[in-house]
Amino acid sequence: MFLRRFLPVLPITRFAHNNQSASAAARVVSISDKVVDTLKGIVGSENLSQNESVREHHGQDESYHSHLIPELVVFPRSVEQVSECASVCYSNSIPMIPFGTGTGLEGGILPLRGGVTFNLMKMDQVVCVNADDFDGTVEPGVTRKTFNNYLRDLGLWFPVDPGADASLCGMAATSASGTNAVRYGTMRENILNLEVVLPDGRIMHTAGKGRRSRKTAAGYNLTNLFVGSEGTLGFITQATLRLYGVPEATVAAVCHFPSVRAAVEATVSILQACIPVARIEFLDEMQMKASIEYSKLQDLSELPTLFLEFNGSEKSLEEQAKAAGEIAVSHGGSEFKWAKEHSERNKLWAARHNALYAARSLAPNCKCIITDVAVPISRLPEIISATKDDIKKSELLATIVGHVGDGNFHACILADPNSTSDMDKMKELANRAAERALSMNGTCTGEHGVGIGKRHHLSKQLGDVTIDVLRSVKKMFDPKDLMNPGKVI
Amino acid sequence: MSLRVLVGCKRVIDFAVKVRVRPDKKGVVTDGVKHSMNPFDEIAVEEAVRLKEKSIAGEIIAVSCGPQQCQETLRTALAMGADRAIHVDIPVKDYEALEPFHVSKILARLAKDEKADIVIVGKQAIDGDCNQTGQMTAAWLDWPQATFASKLEKGDDGTFTIAREVDGGSETIKVKLPAVVTVDLRLNEPRYATLPNIMKAKKKPLAKKTVAELGVDISPRVEILSVEEPPTRKAGEKVETVEDLVKKLKDLGVV
Repeated sequence: MFLRRFLPVLPITRFAHNNQSASAAARVVSISDKVVDTLKGIVGSENLSQNESVREHHGQDESYHSHLIPELVVFPRSVEQVSECASVCYSNSIPMIPFGTGTGLEGGILPLRGGVTFNLMKMDQVVCVNADDFDGTVEPGVTRKTFNNYLRDLGLWFPVDPGADASLCGMAATSASGTNAVRYGTMRENILNLEVVLPDGRIMHTAGKGRRSRKTAAGYNLTNLFVGSEGTLGFITQATLRLYGVPEATVAAVCHFPSVRAAVEATVSILQACIPVARIEFLDEMQMKASIEYSKLQDLSELPTLFLEFNGSEKSLEEQAKAAGEIAVSHGGSEFKWAKEHSERNKLWAARHNALYAARSLAPNCKCIITDVAVPISRLPEIISATKDDIKKSELLATIVGHVGDGNFHACILADPNSTSDMDKMKELANRAAERALSMNGTCTGEHGVGIGKRHHLSKQLGDVTIDVLRSVKKMFDPKDLMNPGKVI
Repeated sequence: MSLRVLVGCKRVIDFAVKVRVRPDKKGVVTDGVKHSMNPFDEIAVEEAVRLKEKSIAGEIIAVSCGPQQCQETLRTALAMGADRAIHVDIPVKDYEALEPFHVSKILARLAKDEKADIVIVGKQAIDGDCNQTGQMTAAWLDWPQATFASKLEKGDDGTFTIAREVDGGSETIKVKLPAVVTVDLRLNEPRYATLPNIMKAKKKPLAKKTVAELGVDISPRVEILSVEEPPTRKAGEKVETVEDLVKKLKDLGVV
């Protein structure tokens, strides 16, 4: 569907907006009352807000970056409204920021040049679920937990689990991953089609409207171009997702190790034994200390630990668990502590997902940077040890958690915001972690995205030619650089 | 001890759906709206399945009263672990006026016919919020009732020790069988139906019965006059100072 509104380019009149700081106002585009009225005409005045609290709410996510507020926020209720608003903003050269649940970790929703934030959460329908075909289509307002709840009667689930109850379309935008990626893949492997609104307002279906075949070789893979584009190429207004059957049986286990190296090497061995482990997560002794206290875990010790989960048929579970147990013990691991009941397993994984909050509770009022590097699995023992040594030298508090099955780990590094030297140390540690990963054929971001804070790593990671090509792609979609400016590249 | 458990499962509008009033103001919109098992009944089914896993229960019979779509709800119960299901078919036109008074008679009749040792239902349905069916069923059967159960333990003497959620805390009672139990939120966390079990559930027996065969009269006893949405919330007001706040409260006559 080709929707384009032909509006005269409205002159941008300068209006003093009280709440922007002087330095920010210099770069920020002011929005004329005429444009505001036009936008109100599209979404309705109850779906547009210039209210300070509403704008503040849209000026922060879960990252350590400072807050910035947009000029105004719109809450479109349909793809047509998104399209018309985008068209208006584009012709008036106003930056546009897509916003989902605000649970991102890289400042992806910060309006660096002001503009209009498009909160897409009011588009909240599960468009369709085709149980026999294992696919379902959702709008941005559908979160991961809401969707899995919806699917429960069908025995289906969507396994990508980044912890937060994030918008599925938002997860598509950041190429989210999570604890289940080792078995089920990330968003990249699980999206069949996307409906997007381009910066100029045109509506596009990346695989063609209504297409939901499990595989296709038709044309360039535009679907995966948008996955991970972090809102810089357009708005994702619908995602068609690959679903999986809820497995017959699931069991979780905890295993302690005498050292970080032992735990990580056990992981590598388990994968090399082709055990189809569903989740394999590493927590270092600092994280265990924080999580035991914060999540009130019982009968666990402050040692380098692996949390594992196996699923499949009852029989295969027995085999998997036995094989993994033997490997763990051979690396010095303790006997497995089992969690079979639904609620027990939930408690364990909730603790893992609350790792960030647990870490922050070790030093309240501190800022926390979370690294997100990923390397080939065989290099994991080396990079985690080197990162831990680096952290020790800096004398900052930090915990380490990791999707070790994917070679991806996070260091949550805490620093007192009132100490410039500590804050600098924190940022330098994160930079060195990324550089270390790059020197090992890895990536500076496994799943959180580039956002604002990792752009400087991208050219080293991708190389000049690749970066040039990326810039050309961005320019092709968004010649005026209005779509979530200042992010990714 | 191998008990036979009868579990009531009501098909209701899914808790996540935004309910809307019908244009004729006689009810809510149900066409095309997602329905699922009443969450408290899921807890009831889960508890029955756990009793079976502990070898306390030998057979679980899931029951649902309503139109044809109730069979979907019964399939979920079967997928969670019930052994067989009974669908008491109520025509759509009679279903709207069906209430705990009728359903309890049906459950009581089935409990007798099926020789159930224990009837477990959710404490209330999230559409009617009546909180009456379990209690009325016990009355028809002249059985003891343990309502708002938050913990269920079998004693060695064949009785059950049940903790009940009451205002101000928890009350523990001992109940002789046969008995009716209504379950509350904290009793357990229901399992998700796995896909293999949903497939297997399609082969489990599902019997259909009519109210006529059961000898139950479902003539309406209540007439719905109107259904309306609650008044829309008015916007609040921000004030700058405490003095302003006090003045506004005084103007509203609340201080």
